[in-house]
Amino acid sequence: MTLTSKTLLVLAALALAACNTPRAGGSFGGGGADGFGGPGGFNDGGISTGNLGDPNDPNSIAHFQQRIGDRVFFTVDSSSLNDEARSTLNGQARWLTSNPQYSIVIEGHADERGTREYNVALGERRANAVMQYLVSQGVSANRLRTVSYGKERPVEACAAQRCWDVNRRSVTAVSGVSS
Amino acid sequence: MTRHFYILPALFLVWLAAFAATLPAQAQPLRLQITEGVIEPMPFAMPAFVPENSAGNQYSEALARVVSANLTNTGLFREIPRSAHLGRISSFDASVNYSDWRAINTQALITGAVSVSGNRMNVKFRLFDVLSGQQIGEGLQFGGSTDNWRRMAHKVSDAVYSRITGEGGYFDSRVVFISESGSRGNRTKRLAIMDQDGENMQYLTDGRALVLGPRLSSSGDRIIYTTYETGSPRIALMNTQTGQRQLVGDIPGAMTFSPRFSPDGRSLVFSAARGGNTDLYRMDIGSGQIQQLTSSPSIATAPSFSPDGRFITFESDRSGTSQIYVMPANGGEARRISFGQGRYSTPVWSPRGDLIAFTKSNAGRFHIGVMRTDGSEERLLTASFLDEGPTWSPNGRVVKFTREAQGGDPALFSVDITGRNLRRVPTPGPASDPAWGPLLP
Repeated sequence: MTLTSKTLLVLAALALAACNTPRAGGSFGGGGADGFGGPGGFNDGGISTGNLGDPNDPNSIAHFQQRIGDRVFFTVDSSSLNDEARSTLNGQARWLTSNPQYSIVIEGHADERGTREYNVALGERRANAVMQYLVSQGVSANRLRTVSYGKERPVEACAAQRCWDVNRRSVTAVSGVSS
Repeated sequence: MTRHFYILPALFLVWLAAFAATLPAQAQPLRLQITEGVIEPMPFAMPAFVPENSAGNQYSEALARVVSANLTNTGLFREIPRSAHLGRISSFDASVNYSDWRAINTQALITGAVSVSGNRMNVKFRLFDVLSGQQIGEGLQFGGSTDNWRRMAHKVSDAVYSRITGEGGYFDSRVVFISESGSRGNRTKRLAIMDQDGENMQYLTDGRALVLGPRLSSSGDRIIYTTYETGSPRIALMNTQTGQRQLVGDIPGAMTFSPRFSPDGRSLVFSAARGGNTDLYRMDIGSGQIQQLTSSPSIATAPSFSPDGRFITFESDRSGTSQIYVMPANGGEARRISFGQGRYSTPVWSPRGDLIAFTKSNAGRFHIGVMRTDGSEERLLTASFLDEGPTWSPNGRVVKFTREAQGGDPALFSVDITGRNLRRVPTPGPASDPAWGPLLP
């Protein structure tokens, strides 16, 4: 098989996947919270499954993540939203308004150049700034939840400025179907 | 006239200080002053413990090694190698031939004996001042299970350290910390406990939930820490004997973290973040009743009680950058005590009550430092790419902390309050967030 035909197959698969609407995963039998089932066999262990879809589909999660952008960045010790961040969040707010079936968790993160406790507090402040902005743009507050990871979940591992710059972020995580 | 008037009292004070300094030296010739820092460590000899029966043989060297390592790790003592010894201690009760030990410049001689019967053992020791040719204090013996042989060596070390320095010991104590594994972006963190020297490590959580910042109660019966098991930061209280645990300090709509026990173990102080604002709260553990201590539109976190329970020191960025504050333990006006260059975080009150240890970041470097409780006499003990989170030894003379080299894994380090004795604390893998528990009973 040539590389081209491989690529075509992958694209075809992606297109097929995009036809499915995102949904929460169904359970397979009953069971315990540990995900290894009780009397009924295996279950989903609380893990929801959903297709990200085609980024060209404006209602897909892939579009939200890649075209609109699921994250905004902050300067050191700050939770202020700059013009670029507000522009990203405007796009997020429009998408969330037209896709009301999703609930959202806003993660706040800090770089590693601070102490652990302070960074948890700073991450909450950043997540909250994003939440307040999305609410001001018409997203219902009861669809939004915040969580701070402090400096515990860097997206880039290098111990240098270019990594810290992208680790000081909030990520708007679209999480399954809104309850 | 005026000149004499001032000089005379000054001279008198100098003479008085000198006189006072000689007093304990006369009473107890073998003496180290920890606060001054020790340039020349005191040479000691630690012959193998005399086995008083054949079952004691296997502990004879091991006990001596633990005692020797403890003393050497303080930076205050230097062991004279066994190969240089002229004298032999073949009987615990025979009189010491001081000239043998003087000849190799020994100042402190520790002799010990061990006997074992079944799973019970008996450990004895004596301490001698070689220069003055006399025993310091009476001999002591410890009895217990052979499983606890290291603890008995730690107790010998504590007694020796105490008799020579006049301070409480810290060797027979444990440390809780976070054991880390996995990639940086998706770290697995497990709560773990070990002896202060890194031995006997046990995991206390399975690593499924991210856990941070554990603290031991002053009696060591409980651990409080931050867990993400609900998906958001919450505080968990664990019983160290039974392993039972529960979530505590629920504040609706808030992330709660950075908990610490009051000295009497009856209440907790912690941070709760909601609406972009982090404040301090206090909870009575028995009743679950929660009281808000701060209400400032800023971050207030990393609280720590004074040992008398009357005050809380914490960090806040209410002035624009993180600084250290002290307030009454039930809330009220907070007084800023840090005014140097840079940001100050994670203040921790010494168990002696005299100092506050902290993390400082300035000009791209991180430091562990100490200051008096009014913020005066700041001293930085360390400097590196990332040092943070000091925790005090039970005697208030040493701090352990987390150090992360640039691009490297975090590890535990210790440094004494003079800053002269920096050492890595051995752990099986990457480690962070140490919290030193009390001296064991």
